[in-house]
Amino acid sequence: MANIMYWEAIQRAHDEEMARDPLVICMGEDIGVAGGTYKATKGLYEKYGPLRVMDTPISEGGFSGLAVGASFLGVRPIVEIMSVNFAWLAMDQMFNSAAKVRYMSGGQLTAPCVFRSAGGAAHQLGAQHSARMEKVFMGIAGLRVVTPSNPKQAYGLLKSAIRSDDPVFINEHELMYNMKGEVPDGEYFHPLEGSDIARAGTDVTLLGYNISVHWCLKAAEILDKQYGISAEVVDLYSLSPLDRAGIKKSVSKTHRAVVAEEDEAPVGVGSEVIAIINEECFFELDAAPVRVHSALVPQPYNHTLEKAAIPDHEDVVKAVLKLFGKA
Amino acid sequence: MKIDDKKRVLREMVLHRRFEERCYQAYIERKIGGFLHLYPGQEACCNGVMEAARPGHDYVITGYRDHVHAIKCGADPKEVMAELYGKETGSSKGRGGSMHIFDTAHRFMGGYALVGGPFPLAAGIAKAIQLKGGDEIAICFLGDAANNQGVFHETMNMAALWKLPVLFVCENNLYGIGTSIERSTAVVHQHKRVAAYNIPADECDGQDIDIVYEHARKAVEHVRAGNGPFFLELMTYRYRGHSMSDARGYRSREEEETWKQRDPILMLRDRLITAGAMTMADYEALEKETDAYIENEVIKFSEESPEPRVEDLEKYVFAERETQLPWLTGKAA
Repeated sequence: MANIMYWEAIQRAHDEEMARDPLVICMGEDIGVAGGTYKATKGLYEKYGPLRVMDTPISEGGFSGLAVGASFLGVRPIVEIMSVNFAWLAMDQMFNSAAKVRYMSGGQLTAPCVFRSAGGAAHQLGAQHSARMEKVFMGIAGLRVVTPSNPKQAYGLLKSAIRSDDPVFINEHELMYNMKGEVPDGEYFHPLEGSDIARAGTDVTLLGYNISVHWCLKAAEILDKQYGISAEVVDLYSLSPLDRAGIKKSVSKTHRAVVAEEDEAPVGVGSEVIAIINEECFFELDAAPVRVHSALVPQPYNHTLEKAAIPDHEDVVKAVLKLFGKA
Repeated sequence: MKIDDKKRVLREMVLHRRFEERCYQAYIERKIGGFLHLYPGQEACCNGVMEAARPGHDYVITGYRDHVHAIKCGADPKEVMAELYGKETGSSKGRGGSMHIFDTAHRFMGGYALVGGPFPLAAGIAKAIQLKGGDEIAICFLGDAANNQGVFHETMNMAALWKLPVLFVCENNLYGIGTSIERSTAVVHQHKRVAAYNIPADECDGQDIDIVYEHARKAVEHVRAGNGPFFLELMTYRYRGHSMSDARGYRSREEEETWKQRDPILMLRDRLITAGAMTMADYEALEKETDAYIENEVIKFSEESPEPRVEDLEKYVFAERETQLPWLTGKAA
């Protein structure tokens, strides 16, 4: 086990896959000569050259479509979209071309593309650089959506996404690239489907993904130490498809659920997970499930307002206490 | 083109014309649903360019007016018609429809229904060719109106920057849906628009197949020789409306008649008759034979083919699960 950073894990997955298969390429803004905004492609340009490590113009729609077209012929492009906010410009190609081509061609063509993007709010980046958009991607037929919460997942999910014949969107987080964690020394493929139990517990299920897994873990510790509540933390690293069986299993055990997301509430991960709970195990519930989420505002610049807009572990604790009638 | 090739191409163009007219009839009979964009009037464009290229070897991609391009690449007209009928035997197994004909066995990479969407896909196909080192080229057929999308400019920039082997064919039929090019586009001559990206370009009559062929030959040679992209504008006209619910109120019947005076099929026919390569009786027989083939084989096949099974509704959304298990479960060998 190596203790490495999230960005290093992503870089390692790129490097291993590019060394293995000459048709694995990567592209994006500043990923080559400049080494990548988040260093996730550091050193690859020097190693694999400009034909396979492509510094693109700032044309998200164009280069995303180019990646999809190349994938039709068996190329495996890994596209970095510098910020998920810019992915709006790429969505036509991601959704209308990559996600639909297999279906509308009756299985003749497939688009094995990987789109990676930095999601989440960082610090005071304002309305157009702070959006969380996983809700937009997770409702698209034909597109897989995964979101790593630690370096092991970041490495293993990217490895699996590159090998998968389906298009995969990987939602990363601006604030997590320097997070350290254990990654296996040998080659490791994280499943693209399912969920992980990040912490076992018996009294309440906290469901999170990406950064909110960490709020849930911190909340679980507080709940345990200060309130004697045993929380189970479910890491929903696959947002599409969501792990119905895993959600059912944990909630059926604890009989209570809190879903934590950094995104705004409407039509989001929380609404979808709670719908699944209703469909799969409604009669197991001892209390109505609760959502923890951001305020529905364009992200404010002001530090205090920004902090007020985004939830954290304290909001998760509060939600759980309310569920237990202790708030 | 040699005289025998011209006779073969005439035969193909008559098939393309009659196929499309038969689609119109089937649509009226409600055998075909959805949108239906027909090609009559523009046949010399696809045929002239593809005669200069290598159908089935070069990769072709286009928009939603795609039946003829697919057939020209080698798709079986029976399977194309069955697709319009929504049948399991259709080229896209009834999942695509008129706007999404695919035949990857003949390197027809599909019809796409977002205007301009195929531009970057074509560049991507060219990128893959460049990486793999083949002698194929990518050919992207789109209409003039697609050039007003942002991805047109994004793609021209990247194609020129990376010297991608892609030929952009602009079939300028003067209308984007129901808006004339003068009313939608600041620059009517589309080939001028790529000068900003240093892409060599050419413009010619898109109704005369000999002219299209000569210009396309140079364009194809340029791209295949590794010189990067080329942009070829063909001036043409679609006889029918944009799709089926279009009464063509935005243009005059006189304008339509003027264009029909220079019909691509009749011009080629008359040229062959003048050259003594065929007679009017030969041509009339060809039309009859074509109609009989369409009726007795193409339509019959489409009528008699089975519908897709409802149990297969979700087939083709993702790759076959059994082939993906290592990555879906993490249990890689």
